Amino acid sequence: MANDPIHQFQISKIVPIEIGGLDFSFTNASLFMVATVACAAGFLYFATSQRSLIPGRGQSVAEMSYEFIANMLREGAGSGGMKFFPLVFSLFMFVLTANLLGMFPYFYTITSQIIVTFALAVLVIGTVLVYGFYKHGLHFLQLFVPSGVPGALLPLVVTIEIISFLSRPVSLSVRLFANMLAGHITLKVFAGFVASLGALGALGIGGAVLPLLMTVALTGLEFLVAFLQAYVFAVLTCMYLNDAVHPGGH
Amino acid sequence: MLVTSAYAQTAPAAPETPAAPAGDSHAAPAGETHTETGAAHGAEHGGTFPPFDATYYPSMLLWLVITFGLFYILIKNVIVPRVGGIIENRQSRIAQDLDEAGRLKAEADAAVATYERELAAARAKSHTIAETAREAAKAKAVADRNAIEAELAAKLASAESRIGEIKAQAFAEVGQIAEETASSIVDLLIGGKATNDDIKAAVAAAKTGA
Repeated sequence: MANDPIHQFQISKIVPIEIGGLDFSFTNASLFMVATVACAAGFLYFATSQRSLIPGRGQSVAEMSYEFIANMLREGAGSGGMKFFPLVFSLFMFVLTANLLGMFPYFYTITSQIIVTFALAVLVIGTVLVYGFYKHGLHFLQLFVPSGVPGALLPLVVTIEIISFLSRPVSLSVRLFANMLAGHITLKVFAGFVASLGALGALGIGGAVLPLLMTVALTGLEFLVAFLQAYVFAVLTCMYLNDAVHPGGH
Repeated sequence: MLVTSAYAQTAPAAPETPAAPAGDSHAAPAGETHTETGAAHGAEHGGTFPPFDATYYPSMLLWLVITFGLFYILIKNVIVPRVGGIIENRQSRIAQDLDEAGRLKAEADAAVATYERELAAARAKSHTIAETAREAAKAKAVADRNAIEAELAAKLASAESRIGEIKAQAFAEVGQIAEETASSIVDLLIGGKATNDDIKAAVAAAKTGA
């Protein structure tokens, strides 16, 4: 089943662990979570260990990503949102590194697991809810009552606002998950065409050129998607955090 | 055919996507859908589309919490203060350098102003000196001219008085010469002696007549 496009998402146990009937095994997905964290943290740690006044290449990249997220958060949630900077920066670096690691052949893409992206989305929305109620108490519920809406329309608008709020963790997680999953399946399918057509003989090899070109093009596209989805995840996190910081003002 | 099996598996992946967010509760129906389509390769991975296989959710969540938690702690406690420090340090250094540059510029401006002022003072002084010198020279020239003019006038006056003297003397001598000449002419013309008094009277008459 070398051409099975689903096979790449298969989870296999490396160290079986079972506690209370639940499977907590260290799997290949866990391995790549560790690898993602090791790569991202190792890069950020060693690139900035010199603390140079004039940054080298690695330090430049680390500083650029830091300032990229800092500006994004400042624009999205104002200076009051800067206390969430470590969270947004961790999320961005984690998702970006996971997506990029997934581009290596035979590497596991942990962001193609809905449970992973959903957990990250719940973390974001949970932070918004907890901080929102902690900071503003019941005033946080103003979030669902936009100002300047006529009284007759208010129930409808509030319903829509609540539904839109509840759909946020869903859209946030599914967007990342579906993009990574679909991208990797498509890549694998076109790569599978190359192998299967190539097996058909001379004519097949000629025909295999087209899916090969497609695979090359898609690989480029997937790198773009890997970055773009990490960016979108971070931008939306900033927007949602803005609601926690300023519930009244949109 | 490998190609067709590949197609068969991609197809179900798309319609399931909307159902995905619901997580655990929807995992079962999603799994069912997959058991049908995944029958061809079901034996290999239990027939469940891996992302919706709830078996590994506890493991996934646990390891995600562990890894992401560690990552967050590292970012929060080490990376963010460090990178923030580097950037802040650089900005303060740049601000400091700008201040230093501003201070040096002010110093240079002050030096230029001093230079300009001293230059202007020196110019004014040199102008005064030149003016004084010119005035002095002019005064001396005027005095010299006056002295020379006075001297010339004195010389002119003495010369004129001498000329007058000589003229008067000459005139006086003219009478005597005329008398002598007249007496000689009379001698030659009429051979007689004219008296000195007559001649004198005649010369005097001619002089006054002339």
